[in-house]
Amino acid sequence: MNRPAEALPTQEMLINMGPQHPSTHGVLRVLLRTDGEVVVNARPDVGYLHRALEKIGERVTYAQFMPFTDRLDYLASMNCNCAYAWSVEKLAGIEVPERAEYIRVIVCELNRISSHLISFGSFTADMGAFTPFLYSIRERERVNDLFEMVCGNRLTYNYARIGGVSADAPPGFLEKTKEFLDYFEPKIDEYNNLISYNKIFVHRLANVAVVTADEAVAYGLTGPNLRGSGVAFDLRRDEPYSVYPKLDFKVCVGTGERGRLGDCFDRYMVRINEMRESVKILRQAIAQIPDGPVLAKVPRLFKPPAGEVYFRSECPRGETGFYLVSDGTANPSRLKIRTGSFVSMNIFEKVTVGLMIADIVAVIGSLDIILPEIDR
Amino acid sequence: MESFVHSLVKAVPVLSGVPMWTLTLTAMILSAAVLLVFALTFGGVGSYVLRKVAGDIQARIGPNRVGPNGILQFLADGVKLVLKEDIIPAKADRFLFALAPYFVFVGSFAAFVVLPFGVGLIASDLNIGVYYVMAVTSLVVVGVLLAGWASNNKWALLGGMRAAAQIVSYEIPVGMALMPAVLIAGSLSLQDIVRSQGGLLGVFGWNLFHNPFTFFSFFLYFTAAQAETNQTPFDLPEAESELVSGYNVEYSGIRFGFFFLAEFGDMFVVAALATACFLGGWHIPFLHAEALPAFWGNLLSLGAFLAKAFALVLVMMWIRWTLPRLRVDQLMRMAWKYLVPLTFVNLLGVSLWLLIFKGKGIPQMIASLFG
Repeated sequence: MNRPAEALPTQEMLINMGPQHPSTHGVLRVLLRTDGEVVVNARPDVGYLHRALEKIGERVTYAQFMPFTDRLDYLASMNCNCAYAWSVEKLAGIEVPERAEYIRVIVCELNRISSHLISFGSFTADMGAFTPFLYSIRERERVNDLFEMVCGNRLTYNYARIGGVSADAPPGFLEKTKEFLDYFEPKIDEYNNLISYNKIFVHRLANVAVVTADEAVAYGLTGPNLRGSGVAFDLRRDEPYSVYPKLDFKVCVGTGERGRLGDCFDRYMVRINEMRESVKILRQAIAQIPDGPVLAKVPRLFKPPAGEVYFRSECPRGETGFYLVSDGTANPSRLKIRTGSFVSMNIFEKVTVGLMIADIVAVIGSLDIILPEIDR
Repeated sequence: MESFVHSLVKAVPVLSGVPMWTLTLTAMILSAAVLLVFALTFGGVGSYVLRKVAGDIQARIGPNRVGPNGILQFLADGVKLVLKEDIIPAKADRFLFALAPYFVFVGSFAAFVVLPFGVGLIASDLNIGVYYVMAVTSLVVVGVLLAGWASNNKWALLGGMRAAAQIVSYEIPVGMALMPAVLIAGSLSLQDIVRSQGGLLGVFGWNLFHNPFTFFSFFLYFTAAQAETNQTPFDLPEAESELVSGYNVEYSGIRFGFFFLAEFGDMFVVAALATACFLGGWHIPFLHAEALPAFWGNLLSLGAFLAKAFALVLVMMWIRWTLPRLRVDQLMRMAWKYLVPLTFVNLLGVSLWLLIFKGKGIPQMIASLFG
């Protein structure tokens, strides 16, 4: 058995992770080239969920595109709804009633909580702890109940309208929301006690897939992924829209508390802390909300003036921006969507070099990608 | 077994005409069948309990459709597993693929033979009991590796590789953590180990309380054994969210059922070994089981043994639904950098203790203080 080493060559293994894989959060395919368990190269392959939403946008009227935005980021439909509504309003210069803006902020922040809950839950499930996932689902159900109250739907809400929202918040909604906040705020500490500072969990995430601040900016990361690298940039504060200037909240950034700044743990903690901030925003918004109409007068045959506009807003997965070109007709002549997940995916190949297969799962979870938003 | 048959012949004179070897063989087959039924039932009921415990921990209900409170769910699952189509992938190595589940199942089931269920309830009181268990459970590695290789699936192969590395690594701390019990009893036979823990009200004689080193040994053993049987947080070979299902991903039907049963069998073997070596085995607290009439002694000691073992199984389930999973390099580091040295120090400590204090444990010393 004294064969020279050349007689027993080792070769890299090509593994196909996805499109059906429990941890790719949808139909993402990752081509892994590995040396045993160590990843030499991980190439994401997206596009399995492409529905040509941008092309559809050119064929339907401005109002008709609203339900399609539900399907952009199905875990944060409210945010996508409102982002689109704000874009069209900016294009046409529509003044939205203040109550409508407050309701939008309330549902957006509720949706941010529920989206971060899913992110937190599925991330912990990916790390092998299944229990926190079900806890997060338990809390999310209550958010879904609130949304059902306000618009009748539990997943794809189609709630925002150009010029406001489809219906005023029903009586009792604000009280129920307050109840939820009182119930939910202590739960965040429960999550932290249960899993966030669990030694195994921290060891799995700390120092894994570090994205430096410069890299994050260079790759165009936005949202929690950018803030996880220590860059305090939040569109709600730095490019204020709606009624956010009237609300007081903190921009959560990664601190490198358990490892290096910008690792998976920082990105994870930013989301946990953002849930707390959202609770803070919600309490203020509920206290400040005025009475009044919730829908501006918008002509039935809505034809915005010719021109173009780009509006971006802070969605749970980063900046969601709509670029709209109007030629004065009822349909946009061009509609381009910029989403956070698609940009986050770009840095994936770079940060996964030299990690282990188990870390790939951690990276996907910590970037919190969602496939319909990538493929559109 | 021989002595049992001898006493049986004495008790029932009619049997004296039958050749000795047929009686022994019948007794062997019967005891094997009893153990098999026990193992299968444990696998079934265990899966139900596992899911109910999971439900409780995860703020949901768990199985509640089949039978009252879902208690018959495991029968439905069993029937389903048997009736499912047995799929062998086209490119699999058919012979090895078919062989692997048996290795795994035999590896975990054979360990039941030497488990001391009660005063006289042991299929075979081998004088190398602990070694035997360590040896037969190693068969599982072969089966898992075969399953991973024969499936011709890269995920399964990765799972198999992980399992092999893990089981081989963790066998060392498991063995060394059990050694203190062997040292104290002065015997490798599990029945002797249990008997050595009988004194002092049946509680304070436990090896767990013998001295500080044995106390730590119990936890070291439990941790290492969790890893050896691929339980969370060491469930890397299965790692649902990474490897989908690991080495058994291509298996279906009853072949998968074998892996499944072996997993539960392993769980019980680990709990039973911990019970026998550290928690006084079948000794009933405040009751001298060996002095009772044979029937009651056996029955009660069986109850005590199972109660202790099941309590440990519940702890394993609790851990399983609480902790996340380690990464493969962290797992190896834990075995070689922490568990192996720690168990070694423990073994040394116990040896020194036995040498210095002439084999007396702390409770024994305290008891002698009070006369």
